[in-house]
Amino acid sequence: MTDVIAPPGVQEHDELDLPPSIADHGAGDSHQPTHGGHDDHGPTGLLKWLTSTDHKVIGLSYMITAIALFYLSGIMALLMRLQLTTPHSSLLSFGQYNALFTMHGSIMLYLFAGPVAFGGLANYVVPLQIGAPDMAFPRLNALSYWLFLTGSITMLMTFFVAGGAAQFGWVAYAPLSSATSSPGAGPDLWIMALTLTGFSAIFTGVNLCGTIFYLRAPGMTMFRMPIFTWNMLVTGILILIAFPVLTSALIMLFADRHFGTHIYTAVGCHLVSGASMPSCGSPLLWQNLFWFFGHPEVYILALPFFGIVTEILPVFSRKPVFGYKGMVFATMAIAALSTGVWAHHMFTTGAVLLPFFSFLSLLIAVPTGIKFFNWIGTMWHGQLSFTVPMLFSIGFLFAFLMGGVTGIMLASPPIDFAVHDTYFVVAHFHQVLFGTAVFAGFAGVYYWYPKMFGRMLRESLGKWHFWLMFIGFWVTFMPQYVVGLLGMPRRVASYPSNLGWQSYNIVSTVGAFLIGISFAFLLVNFFVSWRKPVPAGNNPWDAHTLEWFTTSPPPHHNYTHLPPIRSERPTWDYNHPDALTVPHGRSAHTNGNGHGNGHGTSNGDGNGKGNGKVTAGV
Amino acid sequence: MKIESIFLIFLGAFFGVVGLVYWFWGYDDGGGVMLLGATLLGFLPGFYYFFWHRRFHGHKYFFWGKVHAAGDRPSDREDATLAEGAGTIDSFPGTSIWPFVLGMGAFMTVLALVFGTWLLFLGVPLIVTALTGVTAESRRGGTV
Repeated sequence: MTDVIAPPGVQEHDELDLPPSIADHGAGDSHQPTHGGHDDHGPTGLLKWLTSTDHKVIGLSYMITAIALFYLSGIMALLMRLQLTTPHSSLLSFGQYNALFTMHGSIMLYLFAGPVAFGGLANYVVPLQIGAPDMAFPRLNALSYWLFLTGSITMLMTFFVAGGAAQFGWVAYAPLSSATSSPGAGPDLWIMALTLTGFSAIFTGVNLCGTIFYLRAPGMTMFRMPIFTWNMLVTGILILIAFPVLTSALIMLFADRHFGTHIYTAVGCHLVSGASMPSCGSPLLWQNLFWFFGHPEVYILALPFFGIVTEILPVFSRKPVFGYKGMVFATMAIAALSTGVWAHHMFTTGAVLLPFFSFLSLLIAVPTGIKFFNWIGTMWHGQLSFTVPMLFSIGFLFAFLMGGVTGIMLASPPIDFAVHDTYFVVAHFHQVLFGTAVFAGFAGVYYWYPKMFGRMLRESLGKWHFWLMFIGFWVTFMPQYVVGLLGMPRRVASYPSNLGWQSYNIVSTVGAFLIGISFAFLLVNFFVSWRKPVPAGNNPWDAHTLEWFTTSPPPHHNYTHLPPIRSERPTWDYNHPDALTVPHGRSAHTNGNGHGNGHGTSNGDGNGKGNGKVTAGV
Repeated sequence: MKIESIFLIFLGAFFGVVGLVYWFWGYDDGGGVMLLGATLLGFLPGFYYFFWHRRFHGHKYFFWGKVHAAGDRPSDREDATLAEGAGTIDSFPGTSIWPFVLGMGAFMTVLALVFGTWLLFLGVPLIVTALTGVTAESRRGGTV
C-alpha cells in the first residue's frame, strides 16, 4: 500500500543541478515549505488563510473547495442512480429527484469542473510555468476565491430554505424558471449563487490573461509557453466572452421574477409598424443567452484539461510534445468555433438556423482531431511509463474520444431530432465532461500533487482508483446510450416497467457505485500521504516545464533562481545538458543547452555548471 | 506583444466574419449582438497590444510618427537573458484582508435580494469599507 514506483528517469534531489541557494534551502528536506522571506512575519493560522493573496494558497483553496463539492455532488448522482434502479422507486419523490439533478448538474458544472481548472490548477500552475512571482492582480484573485466560496455556500443553502432547492435543471429554461412555475427562495438563491460565481470567473479570466501577457520571464516567448498555459490563456478569453452573458442573463431572470419585467415571457406583445415580428419578451431569448454562455462553457471545461493531458503525455513518454504549434492553433480554433455553435443545443426549438450551427459544430471535430493525432504522436515510439497521471491521461483519451464521436453525431440535426432529451444526450455529455474534468482533472491532481505538497501520492492506491473508475465509467455510461436510443427520456424519476429499460439502468447504477468506490481510494491516498509522507524532491517525474525547477512546495514568490529559457522545456534542458533538444521556431541555432553555451550567463566564468545560471529578479 | 496582438485580432476578426454571416443569414438580433460583443472583445485589447508593439519598434501611432524604439520586451525575445529581467518586476501585496471583506459584503448583498433588504445594512457597509480599505492599503510585502 505504501510503495512508490519511481518513474524512469526520476532523480534524487542531490543529483539535480540546482543552484546552491535552492539546494541549500529546499532540496534537502523539500517536503518542508521554503519561503522566500516575504511571508515569514505575516499573520498565521486562519487569519493567514483569510488574508493570503498568494496564488498558491488561493489555488489550493479553490481545489479543496471544488473537490469537496465534487464528492457531495457525486453522492447526489448515486442517489439518483439508486432511484432509477427500479421503474417506480419510492426512494425519492419527484420533487426531490428534480432538485437533485438540478443541483448535481449545477454543482458539477459551475462549482467543480470550471473552478477546479481555471481557479485551482491554473491559479497554482500558470504563474509557476511562466516564471512569474504571482498572478497579475493578487487581491482580485483572492476576491475571486471568496466570491466562489460564498457562491457555493449560497448554492448549498437552497436545500435548507422553504420550498427546497431549484428544480428546473442546470439550464433553468424559461418559462419553467419563472416566479409562477418555480416559486420560492431556492431558485432565487440559485440565481444569486451563479451571479457570485459568474463574477468570480470573470475576475479569474482577467487575471489569467493579464498574468500570461505581462508576467512571463525573459525568454519565455508566447511560443515557448507550456501548452497548459496556452490553453489557460484561451480559456481566459472564453471566460471573458461567455460569463458576462450568463451573469447578465441571470440578473435579467431575477428581474423577471421580482421586478415585473417581461424579458423572458411573451407578455404584452404588440406589433411595431413596419416590423415583421411582434415586439415582446421571448422565452427563447433565455435559451439563446444561456447557450451563448453554455457552449463556450463546455470548452472552458475542456481546454484546461486538454492542457493537463498535453503536459503529462510528453513527460511520461520522455519526448517533447508532438506538434507544439499545431496544438496551439487547434486550441485557438476550438475556442473560436465554440463561440459560433451555441444554438446546436436548440435544434428542436425549430427557431434556429440549422445549417449554420450544424456546419460550425461539425467543424470543431477537425481541431479536436488534430489534438488527438498529436497526443498519439507524442506517445508514439516514446518510452512510456504507466504511472498514475499517465493512466488517467490515457483514460481521458478513450473517454473523450467516445464522447466526441457521439458529439459529432449530435451535431447533425436529423440525429439530434431523434435523440434530443433522451439518455443518449446524458451519456454523451457525461462521457465528454467525465473524460475531461474527472479523468484529466485528477490526472492533474496526481501529477502536480508532489509539487503542491512536496510529497508523493501512493502509486498502488492511485492505480486502484484509476482502474475501478475506468471500468465504472464504461459500465455506467454505455448502457445509457442504448437506453437513450430505446427512447428513455432524461430527467425522469420513474419510467414504465414494460419497455425493457430496467436492466440497462441496473447496470448503469452498478457502474456508478464502482466510480463512487474508486473515489474512496483517493481519500485514503491523501490520508496516507498526509500521515506518512514520502518526500518528492523538486522534480520527481523528471518533467520538462519550469514549475519543476523550483522547490516543492514553491517559496512565497515562487523562484529564487530560474534556469535559462531556451525552448519550451527549460527544466529538461537544464537537467539534461547532453540531450539534444530540438527547439521550435526560430531558435534552432541554439541547442537548448543551458550549460556552457553562454546564454543567460552573468558570472562569466565560462566553465562547468556555474555557467548559464543567472539570478533573476524574482 | 506581437503574438498577443495577432492572437486577439485574429479572434476578433473571426467572430466578426461569423457574426456578419450569421446576421445576414439568420436575422437573429440576440446572437448578432453577442457576436459583435465577442468581436470587440478581441479587437480592443488586440489593437491595444498592436499599438504598443509598433511603439516598441519606433512608430508612434501604428504606422505614423516616430518615437524611441525600445525594442521588444525580454519576454518576447527568444534570445533574452534572465539578467534582462533583473530588478523589480512589480509590486505585489503580501497579504490583504480586504478581498475577504469585499466577498462577504457581496454575499450579504445578494442574500439581501432574496431574504430581505435589512441585510443590506450589513452588505453595503462591508463593501464600502473594503473598497476604501483596498484603495488606501499600503502594499505590504514589498516589491518583487
